[in-house]
Amino acid sequence: MKERLEALKAEALKELAETVDAGHLNDLRVKYLGKKGALTEILRGMGSLSAEERPVIGQVGNEVRAAIEAVIEEKQANFQRQETEARLAAEKVDVTLPGRPLKQGSIHPLNQVIQEIEDIFIGMGYRVAEGPEVETDYHNFEALNLPKDHPARDMQDSFYLTEELLMRTQTSPVQVRTMEAMQGEVPVKIICPGRVFRRDDDDATHSFQFHQIEGLVVGKRIRMSDLKGTLLEFTRKMFGPNTQIRLRPSFFPFTEPSVEVDVTCMKCGGDGCRVCKQSGWLEILGSGMVHPRVLEMSGYDPEEYSGFAFGMGVERIAMLKYGVDDIRYFYNNDLRFLQQFARV
Amino acid sequence: MKVSTEWLSDYISLDGVNVEELAEQITRSGIEIDSIENRNQGVTNVVVGFVKSKEKHPDADKLNICIVDAGQEEELQIVCGAKNVAAGQKVPVALVGAKLPGGLEIKKAKLRGVLSQGMICSAKELGLNDKLLPKEQQEGILVLPEDVEIGTPITSLLGLDDKVLDFDLTPNRSDCLSMIGAAYEVGAILSRDVKLPQPELADTGVLAKERVQVKIDASELCSRYAVRYIAGVKIGPSPLWMQNRLMAAGIRPISNIVDITNYVMLEYGQPLHAFDADKIAGGTLGVRQAKAGEKLVTLDGQERELEAGTLLIVDGEDRPVALAGVMGGLETEVTEQTVNIVLESAKFAGGSVRRTSRTLGLRSEASQRFEKEVDPAAVIPALDRAAALMAVHAGGQVAQGIVEIVHREPEEKVIALSLQKLNDYLGTDISSLEAKAILGRLRFECAGAEDVIEVRVPTRRGDITRDVDLIEEVARLYGYDNIPTTMIEGITTAGGYTKPQALRRTIRTLLTHGGWQEVMGYSFIREGVSAKFPQLGEGDREIRLAMPMSEDRSVLRGSLLPGMIDIAVYNRNRKQDNLALFEIGGIFRTEEAKLTKQPSELPVIGLLLTGDRTEKRWNAPAEKVDFFDLKGALESLFEYLGLADRISYEADRPQGFHPGRSASVFLNGTAGKERIGTLGQLHPELQREMDLEDTYAAELRLEPLYRYAGEAYVYQELPRYPAMQRDIAVVVGTEVEAGALIRTIRETAGELLESVEVFDVFTGAKLGEGKMSVALSLVYRHMERTLTDEEVAAVHDRVVAGLSQTFEAELRK
Repeated sequence: MKERLEALKAEALKELAETVDAGHLNDLRVKYLGKKGALTEILRGMGSLSAEERPVIGQVGNEVRAAIEAVIEEKQANFQRQETEARLAAEKVDVTLPGRPLKQGSIHPLNQVIQEIEDIFIGMGYRVAEGPEVETDYHNFEALNLPKDHPARDMQDSFYLTEELLMRTQTSPVQVRTMEAMQGEVPVKIICPGRVFRRDDDDATHSFQFHQIEGLVVGKRIRMSDLKGTLLEFTRKMFGPNTQIRLRPSFFPFTEPSVEVDVTCMKCGGDGCRVCKQSGWLEILGSGMVHPRVLEMSGYDPEEYSGFAFGMGVERIAMLKYGVDDIRYFYNNDLRFLQQFARV
Repeated sequence: MKVSTEWLSDYISLDGVNVEELAEQITRSGIEIDSIENRNQGVTNVVVGFVKSKEKHPDADKLNICIVDAGQEEELQIVCGAKNVAAGQKVPVALVGAKLPGGLEIKKAKLRGVLSQGMICSAKELGLNDKLLPKEQQEGILVLPEDVEIGTPITSLLGLDDKVLDFDLTPNRSDCLSMIGAAYEVGAILSRDVKLPQPELADTGVLAKERVQVKIDASELCSRYAVRYIAGVKIGPSPLWMQNRLMAAGIRPISNIVDITNYVMLEYGQPLHAFDADKIAGGTLGVRQAKAGEKLVTLDGQERELEAGTLLIVDGEDRPVALAGVMGGLETEVTEQTVNIVLESAKFAGGSVRRTSRTLGLRSEASQRFEKEVDPAAVIPALDRAAALMAVHAGGQVAQGIVEIVHREPEEKVIALSLQKLNDYLGTDISSLEAKAILGRLRFECAGAEDVIEVRVPTRRGDITRDVDLIEEVARLYGYDNIPTTMIEGITTAGGYTKPQALRRTIRTLLTHGGWQEVMGYSFIREGVSAKFPQLGEGDREIRLAMPMSEDRSVLRGSLLPGMIDIAVYNRNRKQDNLALFEIGGIFRTEEAKLTKQPSELPVIGLLLTGDRTEKRWNAPAEKVDFFDLKGALESLFEYLGLADRISYEADRPQGFHPGRSASVFLNGTAGKERIGTLGQLHPELQREMDLEDTYAAELRLEPLYRYAGEAYVYQELPRYPAMQRDIAVVVGTEVEAGALIRTIRETAGELLESVEVFDVFTGAKLGEGKMSVALSLVYRHMERTLTDEEVAAVHDRVVAGLSQTFEAELRK
């Protein structure tokens, strides 16, 4: 019996050595080690052995089984490794081919600029106020201290619908409406973004429709120095921490004093370049202390309260920020333009 | 206003002042200096010469040989090609070595064999502005007055040693539309005194009132009307210095009388008008308003029909002779034959002059000044000044006295300025002394105590009416750079968005991250196109601009879709075919045929989708978008806003849309179900008209979304027991909507049904005509225990029965 076992082992090992695939290997396992396999078959004859022989043969049987199993396991591991290698080789991809993109649209660049400015002022405690694009003559002009025969109220300069209604020429009426709604309460602290309309022929720097953001603060003892501080803070957040501002006297009917505000040119940092026409400064804001007539008309006593207001053109800021040289790009909505702003 | 510094120094010393630095100072303290013009464009070594003789060039028909005395050691021989050169003239001579504008350098030369030792110059060659030259000087060499001295440098003779500051005036600073006003401003900046002209007037002999009478029949519009009578003038050119100054100011010299009125207007800011006295019927001038249809031929030769109310000057026969403050009449114009002058100086109301000037499209130097209200105190000084100049430069005899009617005498305002308010307003710490010193520089008289300064404001500063105006004056001269930088004191406020503002921003972010591109259209569109999409505005009227700039932009948009379609077309024309666009904006609605109040402005969102969902790539084919891409985007949006349960879609046939591929969107709110918008494919005919591929669009009102979005949410417990899924496929008529199947399933299944989804829909010959198969996946779950097969089977059988009962559905095996 021992000889049969040894012969079986030799035969099995020989056959295993010749095996080249995992399926055949499994067949051999069944053939030699299975329940009905050759080894079991031989060992079934153990019953006829003597009590002394039985453990000896049993041990030989175990050794044969272990030897065959060891070879099978090793083979199996080999096959698995080969299989994995083959698979890895087959699954190789060309990593230089492009991936599937996540489609991204962009918020319109003008709205991006508006949102950025809103964020800065919200951080400074301002609310965002909005109002209608069709305004009454009163709110757009009269309440802002532009008397009836003021040149800006000419039909030639504004889009009127009727004698009394027009497309707002500025976002300032929102200031008036906010003050009216607050009924003398303070502090008023708002910014008003929105679209406005003026009868300008469209060209690279003019558009009959454009956007403004205005700000208004009314309270007790609001000073011109606060206006300076506020605008300095804003421009530094918007254009960088080294930005300086410069105030130049100007005139707006709704503020007194009125000033134009220049900021350090963001392109050259003030050294002078093409963008700032070599001056080092860019004019971007109009502002001033709210005219007492405006306060009065909106229900605030100018002897008790004061305020400041400021305004800026969104398109101008967007053009400076992105280096855009034609305002019409913002309204043509050419995707090749808009998609450039699908980025932080 | 162009301010010649040479002229300015008549009134204020500019000694030691650098013009460039002065310009910067003026700009920084209130009036922007647009440019500094150097009147000398590069002229050196040009002097006055006397043409002693002129002979024809032997070898050139068009050339002359001139012998010129230019004050040099020897006489010069100069070859000159100008037609108008003649012996006996004084002319500008560019000497050898001279330079002319444009870089021309004069050298000794031989012209056709004849030596030329210089060049006789035209005005243009000296860099003078063509447009400002008198006609006779526009061609040929410049002929100078006989009395100029030989050898005088031409630069000083023509006032070329002058720099001109261009004052860009804001509307409130019309006081600087005059040299004297500019002098006061510069005086305040430099702290220097201003010296006014002192006209020496010898009005003798005949009394003016015996020659001319005046009357005012419109006292509201004319507070003062004054004239002088000047007899025996001789019309001729004005003196060179005056011409130089007028040209520096951008005004063309014409004749002594006209030049003097212009000169004094520039000097005082008070427009004057000279009439030919002998052409004024009845020797009377009156001021009255026009009756409708009256006519007048103005100086420019045009006959003008006047609106009722236009302010006029009329003669003794009540016929119009001038448009008050705007332009004179042709008939009474000063001509070369004029001998006697009536010189007018008046204060007309600004509004009236502006109306006339606007209505007739006539803007003049005079109207520009009257419009902004002239200084009432300058009416008489300007009149006297001009009369005195006419005596000197036109040989006139000024008749005795002024003939005038005065309705209101000018008054100086006195304004109290509280020092406390000044400093509170500016955030400064300016002392009473400092404030008074600044106001003193402006020549505002100050009186009163330490804490409240009584300021007397000269009439020339009509823009200053209250204390804040004075605060501005102090601030601008104190210097805005010197105002400190502070932050607002007092209550801290919380900034932030309103709910709609925050949601609008959220929607933008969500859609852009989903691949949608935000666009921004115009609020104005073509007439009639809103009517193609009337869904959000049934019964609306179009709102038309009173004066549109073009028909393409003539009405307010009543829908975002027409504008978005235009944007789609624009992009497709540029080979951008795959578009997923959205816009958030307002549309305008009214039911009024003629607006009496503001239209309502509805915030809406529009979406437009066309082309490929995924572009063709190396690993995927291109796929066209369809209805469900658009609907899916809306569903995701509603889901995100927490509105999914409130929204429903119903097949609809809205105008402008494909009748089989569009729906109305409803929102179920506290007040019931309301229609909030439309989605669908554009009508194929509209697509064809616009040359579009299949295009899907939606437009929804945002207010209902804002109202219900983001309601408080409480989390749902995660299930602890397993679910059981049962798939079911039924054959129903093709008219049956999936939504109806689902509704029935939910109703019959009851609480155990967790979810139901359609996962397959198809039609085919096998199913039979008019039939379709819908496969659904149903998930059952109990939150407290594991369901048994029997329980689920019972419910599922009920579902199947319900479907077959309601829809005659057959179960597919």
